Amino acid sequence: MADALLNPLSLTLSVQTSEAFAAPAMSLADRASRALESGVWGAVMYIVIGLVAVLTAVSVLGLVMSYIERKVAGHFQCRLGPMRVGPHGVLQSLADGIKLLFKEGIEPGDGDKVIFIGAPIFSITATILLLAIVPLAPGIQVVDMNVGVVYIAAVSGLGVMGILMGGWSSNNKWSLLGAMRAGAQMISYEVSLTIALLVVVLFSGTLKVSEIIESQQQGWWIWRGHGVAIVAFCLYVIASTAELNRTPFDLPEGESELTGGYHTEYSGLRFSFFFLAEFANLFVFSALAVTFFFGGWLPFHVGNYEGFNSVMDLLPPVISPIFWFGSKCATLIFILMWFRWTFPRLRMDQLMRLEWKVLLPIGFANLILAATVVLSGLYFFPSAT
Amino acid sequence: MRTSSVLLSFHFGCRVQLPDMDYLFVFLFVVLGIAMVLGGILASYLLAPRNPTKVKQSPYECGEETIGSSSINFNVAYYLFAILFLVFDVEAAFLFPWAVVLRELGMIGLVEVVMFVLVLVVGLAYAWKKGVLEWES
Repeated sequence: MADALLNPLSLTLSVQTSEAFAAPAMSLADRASRALESGVWGAVMYIVIGLVAVLTAVSVLGLVMSYIERKVAGHFQCRLGPMRVGPHGVLQSLADGIKLLFKEGIEPGDGDKVIFIGAPIFSITATILLLAIVPLAPGIQVVDMNVGVVYIAAVSGLGVMGILMGGWSSNNKWSLLGAMRAGAQMISYEVSLTIALLVVVLFSGTLKVSEIIESQQQGWWIWRGHGVAIVAFCLYVIASTAELNRTPFDLPEGESELTGGYHTEYSGLRFSFFFLAEFANLFVFSALAVTFFFGGWLPFHVGNYEGFNSVMDLLPPVISPIFWFGSKCATLIFILMWFRWTFPRLRMDQLMRLEWKVLLPIGFANLILAATVVLSGLYFFPSAT
Repeated sequence: MRTSSVLLSFHFGCRVQLPDMDYLFVFLFVVLGIAMVLGGILASYLLAPRNPTKVKQSPYECGEETIGSSSINFNVAYYLFAILFLVFDVEAAFLFPWAVVLRELGMIGLVEVVMFVLVLVVGLAYAWKKGVLEWES
């Protein structure tokens, strides 16, 4: 401190760093809470910003991800994918959305209409609630509650409700079978997902999402976690693929056996809500994997190798978090899309056997091992604290 | 708003904690989800054609005529897996607070959770032995 007082340059430097690392990690909800002190309109403004941002994010993510999915699928099969609407077909999903808006929404004759309409509400609400907690950059996060990981585990279970309700109310054998399959699959793999996340909670010692990212300043948990984090990450990826109902776990909507699965009877805009939720969830689960295992918006740092770290810090601070978060997230999404063209679909009994006889015992063993690692302090690059 | 806050703090004799906005946001997002779907349905109600016929509303089975009721029986194994899930999900809820404070608890915390998990794993092994995890049974 005396040094800092004597040397004005170092004082400004220390002020800058403390501002850069301590101050701005405030979520939109915290800002709204603070604005409430001086007046109600500031808080209302923040609330409106949050709602509009998430609404836009869901719609844009649905459009962009479905375009990328089709493009990636096309190129994996030596096709071009959508090319007609706009340059390289970038407006294809928008055109599809408009088409769906003008399509007739057919209701099944003997189905339960209230539940039939209520089902997409559950799916889309689960997605919106998950999107709200995704931290894009320091302070660019809508809610950042102190029980964030519990919230994620709780809210992601809501999506199952939408699928079960949709399948049940459709009055269609295939919808019902698809919904039951999806329900069984999603609740089973949710256990593995939660146990994989618990490993990161053990390491970081907090449930708050932004603090989990801050705890990875010294290195991402996937490197520092001594192998158990890598196992946890593999469990997370397998479980989240199953949660997303994506190939190789897409048998709830296996088109060769169940036509469309739980959304067979949905048409028009009602179908598009399931579709939107599915693609936005793809982003959300990748973003959460990035947050928990790959240090979120933090650049790639290796322990105390200052030279290497300073090269990674070259980007200006405004772009850096978005660049790092975006590139990690895009890579993971691409890998999840890659799965679709690599692995064949599992059978129902194989799927349940994989979860209950393989992943769950591995998950528990890994959790206990992680607790031992944490207690004995065996991390790579020991943290400064 | 500030005056009311001051008045409140005077009333309770201490500074009143401002309301946590996180859960207000969660509530508003639930409202947003409902509004989004209902708004979409309203929009398609106004824009899309509506011409329901008996054939159109019958269950879609690739053009085949439906045989029997759509409320079919399904495998009882779904129910067993749901019960198993319930046990392990509640267990995960117990593990969250433990994971946060493990460093403070130290070895005793680890030993206790190992015993807790072992009890559940014995349950899983029992279910396994009984053939609950076999899809065919």
